[in-house]
Amino acid sequence: MSEAENIRKARRNETWREDLRKSKSVKDRLLIKRNHMAETAADIRNKSNIEVNKGFTEAQALVEAQRCIDCPTPTCITGCPVEISIPDFVKQIEQGKFIEAAHVIKETSSLAAVCGRVCPQERQCEKECFYTIKLKQEPVAIGNLERFVADYEREKSVPVIPKITKNGMKVAVVGSGPAGLSFAGDMAMRGYEVTVFEALHEIGGVLKYGIPEFRLPNNVIDHEINYLKNLGIVFETNVIVGKTITIDEMTELGFKAVFVGSGAGLPKFMNIPGENLTGVFSANEYLTRINLMGAGREGFDTPIMKGKRIAIIGGGNTAMDAVRTAKRQGAEEAMIVYRRSLEEMPARLEEIRHAQEEGIIFMCLTNPVRYNSDEKGKVNEMIVQKMELGAPDESGRRAFRAIPNSEYSVSVDLVIVSVGVSPNPIIQQSVKGLNISKWGTIEVDEETMESNIPMLFAGGDIVRGGATVILAMGDGKKAAKAMDEKLSAKRC
Amino acid sequence: MNKIIDKKQFSENVFQLTIEAPRIAKNRLAGHFVIVKVGKNGERFPLTIVDSNLKNGTIDLIIQRVGVSSTKLCELNIGEYVDDVVGPLGHETHIENFGTVVAAGGGVGLAPMLPIIRAMKEAGNRVITIIAARSKNLVILEEQIRAASSEVLVMTNDGTYGDKGLVTNGIEKILSQEKVDIVLTIGPAVMMKAVSDLTKTHSIPTVASLNTIMVDGTGMCGACRVSVGGETKFVCVDGPEFDAHKVNFDEMLSRLGAYKEIETEAMQNFKCE
Repeated sequence: MSEAENIRKARRNETWREDLRKSKSVKDRLLIKRNHMAETAADIRNKSNIEVNKGFTEAQALVEAQRCIDCPTPTCITGCPVEISIPDFVKQIEQGKFIEAAHVIKETSSLAAVCGRVCPQERQCEKECFYTIKLKQEPVAIGNLERFVADYEREKSVPVIPKITKNGMKVAVVGSGPAGLSFAGDMAMRGYEVTVFEALHEIGGVLKYGIPEFRLPNNVIDHEINYLKNLGIVFETNVIVGKTITIDEMTELGFKAVFVGSGAGLPKFMNIPGENLTGVFSANEYLTRINLMGAGREGFDTPIMKGKRIAIIGGGNTAMDAVRTAKRQGAEEAMIVYRRSLEEMPARLEEIRHAQEEGIIFMCLTNPVRYNSDEKGKVNEMIVQKMELGAPDESGRRAFRAIPNSEYSVSVDLVIVSVGVSPNPIIQQSVKGLNISKWGTIEVDEETMESNIPMLFAGGDIVRGGATVILAMGDGKKAAKAMDEKLSAKRC
Repeated sequence: MNKIIDKKQFSENVFQLTIEAPRIAKNRLAGHFVIVKVGKNGERFPLTIVDSNLKNGTIDLIIQRVGVSSTKLCELNIGEYVDDVVGPLGHETHIENFGTVVAAGGGVGLAPMLPIIRAMKEAGNRVITIIAARSKNLVILEEQIRAASSEVLVMTNDGTYGDKGLVTNGIEKILSQEKVDIVLTIGPAVMMKAVSDLTKTHSIPTVASLNTIMVDGTGMCGACRVSVGGETKFVCVDGPEFDAHKVNFDEMLSRLGAYKEIETEAMQNFKCE
C-alpha cells in the first residue's frame, strides 16, 4: 500500500469521520438529489464578462457533501490525474470545516480554484464516482465542491504559507501555464529554489491568454499565483528560453535541472483558399487579443475587429470559448461550424449547453471549403459543404465524408479558425540532440517525464500535443517527484 | 521593465532608443527582432534590433512614429522604462559570401538593414547599399551605412538628395554596371514588392525581411501569417526573411491594412487627449 493510501486510511478511521458516517444512513444519503450551481442569466451574461457559474452556496455545499457515502476504497481518486484525496476534503465540508477542506486539496493541487472551474470532471473523478459506476445516477458534484472550498478559502481567510526548509538547490521551469505552475508548486514545497521563465508579459499561460474571464476570472488565477509567489517561487516574464537565454546558460546560472512546460501554442489552419484574408483569425489570436491584451476594452491599445456575423470553425473547448467571446463582442449571429454532429463534439457538455443558452448557432455536419472577400480583401463569404457520418473508425469516432454538390454560401464578417494546435518548436530547435516525435512534441519517459537529455524534463501539451489543464498539472507533479528523487540521490 | 539609456531623433518622426536588455544583447544576431509593449495596457508590436552593446548590455531600436503605440514609445525619455521587451525573436539572417550584395533599404527599413550590411561585409561580400527615402530629411543612419558598406547610392523621390527616383531605379543603375549575386530588401511592403518584381525579371535571388502585424511574436497567434510559395508561413517563427520572389505581397499588403481604420480613429482620439 502506498504512503498516500495509508494516510487516507488513517484519516478515514479517525473518530470524527466515523461519527460523521454514522450520523446519516447510506440510504438517506442516496436519496439526496445532486445540487446545481446558480448561473448568471443567459441574456445578461452573453453581453458581459460576468462569470457564468456562480458556485455553490454554503448550504448547497453542506448538502452535496452529505451525498458522498465515504467509500472504503474510493474509486473517484483513480479518475483524478493529480490524485486529490477527494473523500477527505468532501467530509471536511460535510462537518463544516471548509478551510480544512481547502488544505486537503492543497496537499496535491496548487490550483484548486482553477481546476474546480475548468477540469472535465464528468470524464475524470465524477466518472469514477460510486453513483456513476454502481447506481447509474448523477455523481457527487466533486468539481463544484472543489471550486466552493477554493473560493471560500480565497474570500474568507488569509492563506497559510507552510514553513519550508530550503535545500539550496535551484531548478528552472519553462512556461507558467498549468504544467509549469503545478511543477513549481510541488518543487517549492520540497525545498527547491524555483524560477519560472515566462515568454509573455503575464503569468498563467493558457489560463490567461486562452480561457475567457466568464469561465475563469483573472483574479482567481492571480490569487493562486500569489500563493505560489509566497512559497518563494520567482517568476520572470518576457524570457523565451531557447532565445533570450539558452538551456546551457541556465546551467551556468546554477540551475540543476529544467522542466519544460511550454505548451502547444501554435494554431493549425485548414489550408483552404481564402484562409489568409483579413478578418480570418486563429482562435488563439482572437482570444489572446481579448483575454490577454484587453482588446475592445476602454483604455487598452490593442485593436479588435468587430462583426455582426462571426463563424467559428471547430467543436472543441477553445471553439466554444471563441464563439461565446464573439457573442460578447457584439456579434448578432455567432456560429459554430463543425464537420461532425453535436454528439461527436469534443467540447465539454456544460460549455455546449451554456453556448446554446446564450444564443450561439450550431451548424453541425458542415465544413468550410473556401472563403471569399470584398474588394478590400476582407472576408465576407464562407462556402461550406454538408457532411455525413459513416461507421466508427478504430478510435470509435465516426468517420465523416462530404456530400457531393452540397456546397452553399454563408455571409460572414469574421471567421475564427479553431481546429487544433501544435507544439511550440522553440525549445526543440534550441536543444541539440533532444528527441522529438513526428508531431513535434518532446519525447519523455512516461514514468519520470525526463527527456533523453539528462535533467531536462517536460510535461503538459509540449509532450501531449493538446490536452487539458489537469493532465498538464498531473505531468508537472510526476516530473517534480522524479526530478526530486534524482536530485536527492545525487546529493547523498 | 527595461530602462532607456539614450535617445536620439533622426528626423521629425524617427527616433532611436538605447534600452537596457542584457540577455537580448548577448544572444541577438543580425535579423533578429524584439516585441515591445509600452504601458500596462499597451499593445505588443515588433521592432528589429539595429545594434547592441555587450559591455553595457543594451540594444538599439529605431522607431517611426506612426500610430498610438509607436508614438507612446517615442514619447519616452532617457531614464524612463519600456514595460516589456522580449526577444531576440525570429531566425537570424543567413550570412555567407555571395559575392556582390545589393542592400536595398527604404525609409526606416535602413535601420534593420544596418546589422545585415555589417555582417555581409564581414563575410567578405562587396555590399552596395541603396538608401531610398522620400526626401533628404528622411534619410537616416547615412554615416554608419557609409562606414559599413563598400559603396552607397542615395535615391530620393523628390531629388533633394542623391539621385532622383525610386529604389528600383537605383537597382537598375547598379545592374547596368555590374553583376549582382543577391539582393536584400527591407522597407515598406509596396517597395519590397516593386524590388521583388524587378529582380525577378533579372533572375537575381532576393530576400525580403517582412514586417507584418504580430501579437505574441512566438508563433502563438498567427496574425503575421503570409503565403510564401503557396504555403502559409508565420513571419515570427519561420521568418522574418523569405525568398521575396515567392512572397504573396498583395496578400501581405491587405493583411497589413487590416486595422487601418481602427488605428486612424485611435490616433485621432490619442491626439485629442
